[in-house]
Amino acid sequence: MKPIIKVENVSKRYRLGVRDGSYDTLRDTLAAAVKSPINRLRGRGAAARRETLWALRGVNFDVKPGEVLGLIGHNGAGKSTLLKILSRITWPTEGRVELYGRLGSLLEVGTGFHPELSGRENVYLSGAILGMGRAEIDRKLDAVVEFSGVERFLDTPVKRYSSGMYVRLAFAVAAHMEPEILLVDEVLAVGDLAFQQKCLDHMKRLKQSGMTLLLVSHNMSAIQGTCERSLYLHNGEIAAFGDTTEVIKTYRDVAKRGGGEAAGAIMSGGDDSGVRLVSFTMFGEDGESRRSINFGERVRVRIALRAERRVEAPIINFGFRRGDGVIVCNFNNWYDNFQIDYIEGDCVLEGWLPPLRLVPHYYDIYANVWPRRTSAVGQDDMSRLQPLTWAHFGDFSVEGPPLTDQDGVFQQPALRWELTREDGGRVECDGVDADSLRRAYGEEASLAPPNP
Amino acid sequence: METTNRNKAGALGATPAARTPALASTPHPAGTHRLPDEPLVVIQPAGSAGALNLRELWDYRGLLYYLIWRDVKVRYKQTVLGVAWVVLQPLMMTLIFTVVLGMLVRIPSGRVPYPILVYVGLLPWTFFSSAVSSAGSSLISNSHLITKVYFPRLLVPMSAIGSRLIDLFIAFVILAGMMFYYRVGIGWTTLLLPALILLTTLLSLGVGTLLAALNVKYRDVGILLPVVIQLWMYVSPVLYPASLVPERWRRLYDLNPIVGIVQGFRGALFHEGFDGFALGVTAAVTLVVLVYAAYLFRRVESGFADVI
Repeated sequence: MKPIIKVENVSKRYRLGVRDGSYDTLRDTLAAAVKSPINRLRGRGAAARRETLWALRGVNFDVKPGEVLGLIGHNGAGKSTLLKILSRITWPTEGRVELYGRLGSLLEVGTGFHPELSGRENVYLSGAILGMGRAEIDRKLDAVVEFSGVERFLDTPVKRYSSGMYVRLAFAVAAHMEPEILLVDEVLAVGDLAFQQKCLDHMKRLKQSGMTLLLVSHNMSAIQGTCERSLYLHNGEIAAFGDTTEVIKTYRDVAKRGGGEAAGAIMSGGDDSGVRLVSFTMFGEDGESRRSINFGERVRVRIALRAERRVEAPIINFGFRRGDGVIVCNFNNWYDNFQIDYIEGDCVLEGWLPPLRLVPHYYDIYANVWPRRTSAVGQDDMSRLQPLTWAHFGDFSVEGPPLTDQDGVFQQPALRWELTREDGGRVECDGVDADSLRRAYGEEASLAPPNP
Repeated sequence: METTNRNKAGALGATPAARTPALASTPHPAGTHRLPDEPLVVIQPAGSAGALNLRELWDYRGLLYYLIWRDVKVRYKQTVLGVAWVVLQPLMMTLIFTVVLGMLVRIPSGRVPYPILVYVGLLPWTFFSSAVSSAGSSLISNSHLITKVYFPRLLVPMSAIGSRLIDLFIAFVILAGMMFYYRVGIGWTTLLLPALILLTTLLSLGVGTLLAALNVKYRDVGILLPVVIQLWMYVSPVLYPASLVPERWRRLYDLNPIVGIVQGFRGALFHEGFDGFALGVTAAVTLVVLVYAAYLFRRVESGFADVI
């Protein structure tokens, strides 16, 4: 069958500025123009100061009309970049995409919403931004309002809405788009479980209506349940494409192995400092290097560094970050009063971590090397210093009890529980052991598996 | 807190699927019809982007309308006086300049009273300067849209200018009142006013689009602009008639495209005749700026989402 989306050899390169990177000032450009002949003589052109990242490399695939294609991959694998190229927000560096139908994209909930405007006004504005005409919105207004359930507040500015109402109205507008191809980025991850379920149901209805869908999700059960075929991106390249069950299997295998080898940095900066973070390896309790650890596992971490020059009393920190950017935990030799006199040449830093009782999910790994501290502990904060070098090392997954975001980040057992009743009755539990949760879920998992 | 969240979730989850028949029953073209032979959209590296796609701009005119409507609505929503500001601002400026320049400095205003001379000067100038500065920063202030959804990026500076055009029309209402009060009659030349407004709009669009494109990469533009605008006003016949400029400097002075516009407005309203040279300069500058702005914008628009 003729494809509705044809992606041929698409690549995307990002140039990363060394420091701010977001924009140049006129002064920088002028200064660079003056300096560039000198730099060129020294063999240090502008290219030497900029870093590039291939977010996508040689991606080829077709999507058939009426198909629901899943797009999976770890953070930073290029999923969002691919969606942005398909929805024409950004351009590819190489390659070609052909679309044989109108395309709508749902990259966030509430695109174009303005807090000062009323709910009704926002329905029109957001609808227009998503590509609906006025007559179309007029026709759908009642359905949108009913779907969202905010009838009573339709003429209230949305800044006075609760976050739940806001999301519901915004999603209701987006849900009434009728393009031939719809791209959906992780929007399913917003809101509570009931809302996610509603979104999934909605996707199924769209599928029945013949719409071609491209879904990005970290939620494997959602992908498994909605998509016949899936595409797995790994470091900007297609690692697997085809039957969803097979693709998810490959994805899980790669996650478990973590490549087996030490993983190099997927993004780094400060390479001109003479210090470089080379790789990051994670070992499970069995001594195997893995990118998938069990809930509560005691992990050993190995960081390989390369210092071209002698760096006195460096501070090295690393940690894990959740998909939304929240740093979940951080380890730092200086805080732990572990003094490193100096580093030079190839060095290996190893750390034995306490049990990681992280809620099962994906976490990004980052690391930094900082210069020597001059003042005493607590006198200055890290935020005022610039790291000598930094790196991101992709992500790892935590497997275990089916806890969700609503259970927080860490699940720690209490030290002691006690309940006293009016009738004088009393129950207590002392010395809760660390494995209690694993056991509790191990026994009940078959009874009531909560949604992953 | 936990319970209220759960309640909301419950209420939401309870919405039965059957209540949204519009979604399920719509037969879908993709499923029933054959796909077109030619792709609707071809996405290629930015270098190969063709000329300005006017057809596409026209297709998106509905969005332009909503963006203008949003800008106007939001601008006056939180102010106590609301839209009255559109009228009050030039009136207050007129009052200040009338007192300072008309009564104290005694700038000669020819056969029309100074207040109306300066008001007619401020009318196109305020439009031009506010349109250019809001268009200049428009891409940055709309970055949340640019990084999330596709539409012709040119709509963003266009909508900034469109919303100021609405202000201009409102300000014209006051002008009618003033002309009646000062008994300044209009003549057939007034019929040329729409053409002048169009010219001013096109010039603002050119300059504003150019600045918007530059501002994304060089934020200096945003900082420098207010100063330049301030300076520009004094080298334009906004607060004084152009006749005040010595004759031998006139040709040089007329190279400022605003001269043609402001003098054109006065000529049209006061039945004074037109300065062909100045208007010609304005038209030529407008054309050049528009073409260059379209070219530059087209060239850099592919990078907006990556840079903003």
